[in-house]
Amino acid sequence: MTTGEGGDLPPSLDLLNSCRGCPVPVLFLAIIRRLLLSIALIAVSVPAFAASFEESVAKFANDDFSDTDEAVGEIAVSGNPLAFPIISALQDERLMFDAETKKVYVKQADGKIIDAATGAAVDKLPDGAAAVSLNNRLRRTVDAALGGLTLLSPDTNTRLTAAKSVFKSHDEATLPTVESALAKETNRAVKQALTEARAAILLFKSDASEVDKLEAVATIRSRGDQEALALLTEISGGDQPASVTKAAAGAISSIQSTLAVWSGVQNAWYGLSLGSVLLLAAIGLAITFGVMGVINMAHGEMVMLGAYTTFVVQEVIRTRYPALFDYSLLIAAPLAFLVAGAIGVLIERTIIRFLYGRPLETLLATWGLSLILQQAVRSAFGPTNREVGNPSWMSGAFELGQITITYNRLWILCFTMAVFAILLAMLRYTALGLEMRAVTQNRRMAASMGIATSRVDALTFGLGSGIAGIAGVALSQIDNVSPNLGQSYIIDSFMVVVFGGVGNLWGTLVGAFTLGIANKFLEPVAGAVLGKIAILVLIILFIQKRPRGLFALKGRAVEA
Amino acid sequence: MLTRLTQELTAQFSRRRWLAAAAGLALGAAGFGPAMAADDTIKVGVLHSLSGTMAISETTLKDTILFLIDEQNKKGGVLGKKLEAVVVDPASNWPLFAEKARELITKDKVAVVFGCWTSVSRKSVLPVFKELNSILFYPVQYEGEESERNVFYTGAAPNQQAIPAVDYLMKEEKVKRWVLAGTDYVYPRTTNKILEAYLKSKGVAQEDIMINYTPFGHSDWQTIVADIKKFGSAGKKTAVVSTINGDANVPFYKELGNQGIKAKDIPVVAFSVGEEELAGIDTKPLVGHLAAWNYFESIKTPANEKFIKDWQAYTKNPKRVTNDPMEAHVIGFNMWVKAVEKVKSTDPDKVIDALPGTEAPNLTGGVSKMLPNHHITKPVFIGEIKGDGQFSVVYKTKDLVPGDAWSKELEGSKDLIGDWVGKKCGNYNVKTNKCLGSGT
Repeated sequence: MTTGEGGDLPPSLDLLNSCRGCPVPVLFLAIIRRLLLSIALIAVSVPAFAASFEESVAKFANDDFSDTDEAVGEIAVSGNPLAFPIISALQDERLMFDAETKKVYVKQADGKIIDAATGAAVDKLPDGAAAVSLNNRLRRTVDAALGGLTLLSPDTNTRLTAAKSVFKSHDEATLPTVESALAKETNRAVKQALTEARAAILLFKSDASEVDKLEAVATIRSRGDQEALALLTEISGGDQPASVTKAAAGAISSIQSTLAVWSGVQNAWYGLSLGSVLLLAAIGLAITFGVMGVINMAHGEMVMLGAYTTFVVQEVIRTRYPALFDYSLLIAAPLAFLVAGAIGVLIERTIIRFLYGRPLETLLATWGLSLILQQAVRSAFGPTNREVGNPSWMSGAFELGQITITYNRLWILCFTMAVFAILLAMLRYTALGLEMRAVTQNRRMAASMGIATSRVDALTFGLGSGIAGIAGVALSQIDNVSPNLGQSYIIDSFMVVVFGGVGNLWGTLVGAFTLGIANKFLEPVAGAVLGKIAILVLIILFIQKRPRGLFALKGRAVEA
Repeated sequence: MLTRLTQELTAQFSRRRWLAAAAGLALGAAGFGPAMAADDTIKVGVLHSLSGTMAISETTLKDTILFLIDEQNKKGGVLGKKLEAVVVDPASNWPLFAEKARELITKDKVAVVFGCWTSVSRKSVLPVFKELNSILFYPVQYEGEESERNVFYTGAAPNQQAIPAVDYLMKEEKVKRWVLAGTDYVYPRTTNKILEAYLKSKGVAQEDIMINYTPFGHSDWQTIVADIKKFGSAGKKTAVVSTINGDANVPFYKELGNQGIKAKDIPVVAFSVGEEELAGIDTKPLVGHLAAWNYFESIKTPANEKFIKDWQAYTKNPKRVTNDPMEAHVIGFNMWVKAVEKVKSTDPDKVIDALPGTEAPNLTGGVSKMLPNHHITKPVFIGEIKGDGQFSVVYKTKDLVPGDAWSKELEGSKDLIGDWVGKKCGNYNVKTNKCLGSGT
């Protein structure tokens, strides 16, 4: 329990720090005085284990999971002001022990060290000191204990987290604290969380009255998410009054039907997200293959080069300018465009321009090229995955109703749409775009109008490759950065472009989203493997019916 | 045009083969080509992919064998002769494994081969090793259900990895509901079959087991992670047993982290994720997820510390990690050296007969022994992922666990044993007292 001044340091510790030079007995007296005072301050009556507190703390020094478990349980209810710093240090692996002397130390967030049993300041850790180790069971115990200890914290967010972890652990022992916290609470969100935590505890309390339990079921029912469902399912199997079991069953079916609707929404979102990834990977190919007609099997490797550019940029930022890390992707995107674009131009000038009009040879040459690029990257960066970090604004998720939307997927969707819009605008409104369209529609006519067709070819191929490079920046956020990165996207990309209709950017857009959404609605029913096969079969059938894809180009350009 | 494209795509494998070989010749293999044959050396074949999908895992094993040979030569070699590595690149191409194996044995006349990672590559080279009567050391944890005279399995069988991991989760985490998630190929399918049978024998109901397979290199895990979350909300403690292989792990763990599935809510125990795989991920959101192996880099023993130091010095990379299959190669290599020195010959028949019973220290403080079924005894460790990409060991079996070639959980194999010492048979049925065909 905190002493009301809450947060990080109980008062006795402040005192310690300000009393470095004091003789030890004075210190002890001061601590004991503070200790007694703070125990007295706490409204809930807790048996004071003055003698056994030190024994409990000493258990940490065994570094045995069950001993640590016991120690946490004892310390959490000891009412000792050191309880909070000790348990939170344990959570962050700052609780150190020395196996030889059986002493336990708290390494505070500011680097200062105190003796865990007494709170006395210590100059430095003994040499053999190591952090008390944790496992998952202990992490849950620690969370529950901290939840109970921080319910009365002055910080709103801490209280909210505490209420949520009490909801999860629904430990009967915390009920009085929850109730007193509830009485004092003014913040609506925290109050709601506390009410739910109280309901969760009551549901599992064997001697709670039927009225209380029914009310609790109603509270949990209104929460309506998967955790609520888990809780209700758990209690409906247990020993409960008939009315409660009935109410719980009703709540379960109501939550399930709401969740079923949400799972449809969730599939649609996942489909959009998968579609955006497909679109991003395919959009460069839509130019090199769709507009220029080059079967570019090395397209995936351009994506990979973009991802490796991101890796290099992040490495430089990590070592030189760590503050810029959140902007690393913004810096990497133009660089990836330039790197992949330049390599694209180089490939076009040295290989592809000799192979126009010979699709089979182009295919073979670019396939070989893709292997060379892969092996080159493997030699330069090694065969293992490279770590590309997520900037803070791309990590985590938020809840929208009953679905979880991860930030990285959301940003990739936005990013894809932006790239698509820019590309479309470029083709339509810039001189280069006009020339590109002219050359691809009628090369000889364009040449006779004074357009340098070979220069346009090189730039178009460079543009397609550059966009693949940009795709690599985004894909590095959700996939491995390894030399094989490109291979996993090449087939999907061709599928999207062919399905959408060769030569039509809008077709690629619709194709990508159709495939993405179809895939995600099939996956829960058929499984990932069968879902993928089903999609392939559907595309084959579709292409039999409409060989030119969803949106076929019409006119003379097609025949050329 | 499209039909042509499809043809090309379906023909991918055959074309990829010669192109990969060509590219390998041009780029990768230049430094390794078969070295000048000298009669005073013993040749050791290294059959690990250095290009293609599996290069990510296998390149390290090639380096490990080169390192071990280097160390052995510093000690004076074997039987007074220097060891000489012959490295070939089967390029993650299963048929090419068989071709390269044949080349190693017939052309280079190697005394022993260390190699393979995937089960399909092992199956592809099996006939070659049988026909030409040579020795293969296979260092990777695998699905079991095999015992061959010419193969020595130094990786874990399912009872040395999967079963202890499940036991740990049942006991320590009180898991009641299980998701068995794997990549769609033979190792996960067999392992999951064994685990399913085992879980049912422990009283887990059918509806508390969810089995899920994904294609190789699966990268969109949103639906599956959401399904796991949903499956986990039935009011019973849930855990995921992952046999997801290779590259698919990174996006899987990223999705878990982003969707906020914490190890303390739904722990994931993985059989194919080690220090190398974690090198590509930020592990902070993954703290507490588990892996079961017979070796962890973080285990503090003098032997392990020396090995890590020497390895990092050899690779000139102070950050180079070590992992479980590497340790398997260390044990296998030392066992082979011992057996050769015992019979004073590299003749395959003599060495094969000498290997069972041979002991070699493992890096975690015990002594592993080659068993008559050509598997070895190993300790089993369960480790939790730490923030720095290493594992902290939370459980260790008391004794070394002997590897079962044939699973005791499966109907078809529970009566079988492999015994190349007494029975001279790889699949001997102890009920009918008959050898089912894999004999000498």
